[in-house]
Amino acid sequence: MSESTDLKHTPLEAAHIACGARMVEFGGWFMPVQYSGIIEEHRAVRSAVGMFDISHMGEVTVAGAGALAWLESLLTNRVSKLAVGRGQYTLMLDEKGGVIDDLIIYRNDEEEYFLVINAACRELDLEWMRAHLPEDGTVALKDLGDDYAAIALQGPDSEKILRSLYPECEVPKRNGLSLLSTAEGVVPELVARTGYTGEDGFELFVPTSEGEALWNGLLKAGVKPAGLGCRDTLRLEMGYPLNGSDLARTRTPLEANLGKFVALDDPQKPDFIGRQALELQRNAGLSELLTPLKLTLQGPPMRAHYAVLSDGSAVGETCSGALSPSLGEGIAMAYLPQQLSVAGTPLEIEVRGRRYPASVTTLPFYKKL
Amino acid sequence: MNVPIDLRYAKTHEWIRSDGDSVTVGITDHAQAELTDIVYVEPPKIGAEVKAETTAAVVESVKAASDIYSPISGVVTEVNEALTSNPALLNTDPFSQGWIFKIRPSNPAEIEALLSPEAYIAQIS
Repeated sequence: MSESTDLKHTPLEAAHIACGARMVEFGGWFMPVQYSGIIEEHRAVRSAVGMFDISHMGEVTVAGAGALAWLESLLTNRVSKLAVGRGQYTLMLDEKGGVIDDLIIYRNDEEEYFLVINAACRELDLEWMRAHLPEDGTVALKDLGDDYAAIALQGPDSEKILRSLYPECEVPKRNGLSLLSTAEGVVPELVARTGYTGEDGFELFVPTSEGEALWNGLLKAGVKPAGLGCRDTLRLEMGYPLNGSDLARTRTPLEANLGKFVALDDPQKPDFIGRQALELQRNAGLSELLTPLKLTLQGPPMRAHYAVLSDGSAVGETCSGALSPSLGEGIAMAYLPQQLSVAGTPLEIEVRGRRYPASVTTLPFYKKL
Repeated sequence: MNVPIDLRYAKTHEWIRSDGDSVTVGITDHAQAELTDIVYVEPPKIGAEVKAETTAAVVESVKAASDIYSPISGVVTEVNEALTSNPALLNTDPFSQGWIFKIRPSNPAEIEALLSPEAYIAQIS
């Protein structure tokens, strides 16, 4: 495995290698794809608890008297819905309504917000945000991407682990945020009850230098290291989109079925970049929709860029696909003409020249009992 | 890594076991460990003619699909049906229950050109 020289390194790299990680390039970072095996790690997160290094993700703070108004103009969800200590999923669009990034925004103080952005888009997001900053000095934007190590603790046992390790921590409610402790230094330690797996869990942000100690503490408490491989299968089972695969500058959140995170009909939501394009698109009717597919019989796992056929003609291609470890079935997402995106629609997927029957299903693929 | 001494090996991490005019083909312990959890196997068709060092089968892990090359040329006589319902046999028992296909060799001299266990061990270490 060759490692290109400009790869970025997580502060937890030594810890991953000590845990037997297989390291790969992801979004410009050298990251663990798996330790004991993707299926085993996936099951640990669904049934108990696992942890992911998410230090590659970017952290940005936005503060000041103008922060709220500026964020409203930049993001699709209504930021003013957020009480202090709460977070929401939202998107940042270009003027054409294309997705620059999807992100979580937390309000950590009256006039301060904490944004977690995708690893592969860090530079681009910051460039976009800086280019749109008001010139009156009412908004302070800080890139803290290199100041944090971050670990996602995910799975039904997450709360138990967090409480046992940090009894002093105020455990936040779903989508909430709290301070892990009032550590001295530049970076506060944050605990967010969010994640990308469909399980209960927390995202823990600590100063870079403390990342390894946090990881090792969790490891000692019995948390299973989980790599990007199962992060992908876990998120796909829930139908959570991955920017770069399911989201792109050429796709809008309406096409991606993320309309509920776009406050088009909220009278309290001010104008935002991309709004006009989305309204035009909505009025004209969506031609394509991100659609969940399932193989109807046994077949090879679906992967990205496989042709999707209807009545023998190509109608699209898969943008994400995997064998679902929880269901033991092939699952995928594809942008398809709206009339074909109805649950039950029969389709075919072409894999290495052979066609396998598939059908449109509903999200999430994996439904908890 | 397990490298049985009674087999011959291809540089591309397949093994063969010769049994008269039937040759069994599978992937090595090293290969299965590199591929990780195998979730699907697409064997060749019975009766298909395969050429040495060309794709004869595909195995898929959770993350990726990988081509499996036939170490020698011949006609496929049998495929391991057990892999359809239990592809993980490639992980758990790559040299025995996890065999992939059998061929009748068309050029037995190709077998001699394959790696000895010692040469294969040298390659993977």
